[in-house]
Amino acid sequence: MRISLRFGGQKRINRSWQVDFLLFLLLGLFGAFMVIPLIYAINNAFKPLDELFLFPPKIFVRNPTLNNFPDLFHLMAKSWVPFSRYIFNTVFITLAGTIGHVLLASAAAYPLAKYKFRGSKVLFSIVVLSLMFSPQVTAIPNYMTMSWLGWIDTYWAIIVPAFAFPLGLYLMKQFIEQIPMALLESAKIDGANEYRVFWSIVMPLVKPAWFTLIILLFQMLWASDGGSFIYSEELKTMHFAMGQIIQGGIARAGVAAAVALLLMIVPVVMFIITQSQIIQTMASSGIKE
Amino acid sequence: MQQTDALPAQVKGRSQQTAAQPKPGLFRRIMTDVKRDKHLYVLIGPYMILFFLFTVVPVALSILISLTYFNMLEFPRWAGWNNYMRLFLDDDIFIIALKNTFIFAVITGPISYIACFLFAWLINELRPKARAIMTLVFYAPSISGNIYFIWQIMFSGDAYGIVNGFLMRTGFISEPILWFQNPKYTLMIIIIVQLWLSLGTSFLAFIAGLQTVDRTLFEAGAVDGIRNRWQELWYITLPSMRPQLMFGAVIQITASFAVADVAMNLAGFPSVQYSAHTVVTHLIDYGTIRFEMGYASAIATVLFMIMLGSNLIIQKLLRKVGD
Repeated sequence: MRISLRFGGQKRINRSWQVDFLLFLLLGLFGAFMVIPLIYAINNAFKPLDELFLFPPKIFVRNPTLNNFPDLFHLMAKSWVPFSRYIFNTVFITLAGTIGHVLLASAAAYPLAKYKFRGSKVLFSIVVLSLMFSPQVTAIPNYMTMSWLGWIDTYWAIIVPAFAFPLGLYLMKQFIEQIPMALLESAKIDGANEYRVFWSIVMPLVKPAWFTLIILLFQMLWASDGGSFIYSEELKTMHFAMGQIIQGGIARAGVAAAVALLLMIVPVVMFIITQSQIIQTMASSGIKE
Repeated sequence: MQQTDALPAQVKGRSQQTAAQPKPGLFRRIMTDVKRDKHLYVLIGPYMILFFLFTVVPVALSILISLTYFNMLEFPRWAGWNNYMRLFLDDDIFIIALKNTFIFAVITGPISYIACFLFAWLINELRPKARAIMTLVFYAPSISGNIYFIWQIMFSGDAYGIVNGFLMRTGFISEPILWFQNPKYTLMIIIIVQLWLSLGTSFLAFIAGLQTVDRTLFEAGAVDGIRNRWQELWYITLPSMRPQLMFGAVIQITASFAVADVAMNLAGFPSVQYSAHTVVTHLIDYGTIRFEMGYASAIATVLFMIMLGSNLIIQKLLRKVGD
């Protein structure tokens, strides 16, 4: 126990194995609390109907079946809009919103991180302030703006506001600050203009921060249900479809679990792949005084 | 009378005159600066236009609309403070919503903040592989979309719900509990689910922050008489992580006041006896169902003030940590 908890061979000061044991018991217990609902959700997707309604209920599946997934497409084939359409809507909104955000936020973060110019301080302070309230605060004027722009019931109402997500700009700016100025200046001496410096020097160096912005935006947009902006059935998202299936009640419990698994697996796998880069970005996330 | 009237005009005229002298200079200076930095403005422009359009201007608009009667069809009529008076004096449900929101915030805010730090701190002592796995375990719920609906199934009101099933089998209860129909349980379950979802961005920021703490400080501390991990935490780790701690506080506070989706999806909308009604669900009610935009904007403005106010107070307090 004790050895396994060491940093790779480093001498550990101020640690006793008794306290170690208690603390890691605590970590294990809460880890179980975090992971059991997820394991239960995954198992439900593979349960045949009779196992979903078993007494006493079980977390783990006994006779796993893949039937819930084809059932999902059969069920939705009979609905007004095929399920593939919901998948397309979610994927399109997610990809467009994420790519746009990474590009715009990085472009804005670079000058804010590396130069002092008129308004730069005020603008960044406003961005930090905007982290201090949630988007619900602006929901009503935004609805009016969208109807004024004619974007109600289009993808744009979801995609374009995501471009200007403040947390992404904040994290990107903090990360770009670490790039040494000398690197940028030497590129300028070689004749590169600001756009070239941004695109060929800064962007390749901040790849870890891209992944962080990607995961933040991706999970936000992936979970979008269209809110009050989208009411045409053929523009609605996978999440909305899941809500409808859950409303369908008992007979659809297996199918609902299958959609839930599809929705959950993509952001989680993305995080597994990019974890170390994200941690690297977060190291610079602090608010400086 | 005439004299007193004339005086301000004279002063005004003079100040205009004196202001007029440096004004073109200042303006010209701004213009030369802007011209010099025009590439920078081009780079921040697209983001900032959208940011102002969808975040900054709406806050100002929301405050303005909150002083009117507005139903989206007719032109807004001036209402002064009436929306606010109605909100605090006549709307019993808003008071319930406010109370619930504060209960959620006061419980989930500090607990989730401490949990984010505590688990990040413990995970940081693991070896890299175990660290990556535990980070995933704790972070996964917050990025799994609306997977929290699984709690609805776990707390389902019949005997097939895993919680009822467990309690019945172990003999604590003899018949299933209707968890979401009973206001006594609703609030508690939503708090649990909210905590389950709360180890997000700040948790990652803390993990990252802990990895950047200078290791030689611990050795120096041991020489200087730090004898156990708690002293080490208090005197070395926490002060070195102050920027991340402040960032995490912002994220957790904002989230803890914004409880809505979980409450609406688990307890229904409206919930039984408004047991899970929050300021945000109240806002949704008036904004998207009743279309009383002036009133809804007053709710949004109150929410804005609460969030911003508590964030600024906590920031001020955190700056004092370790001073």
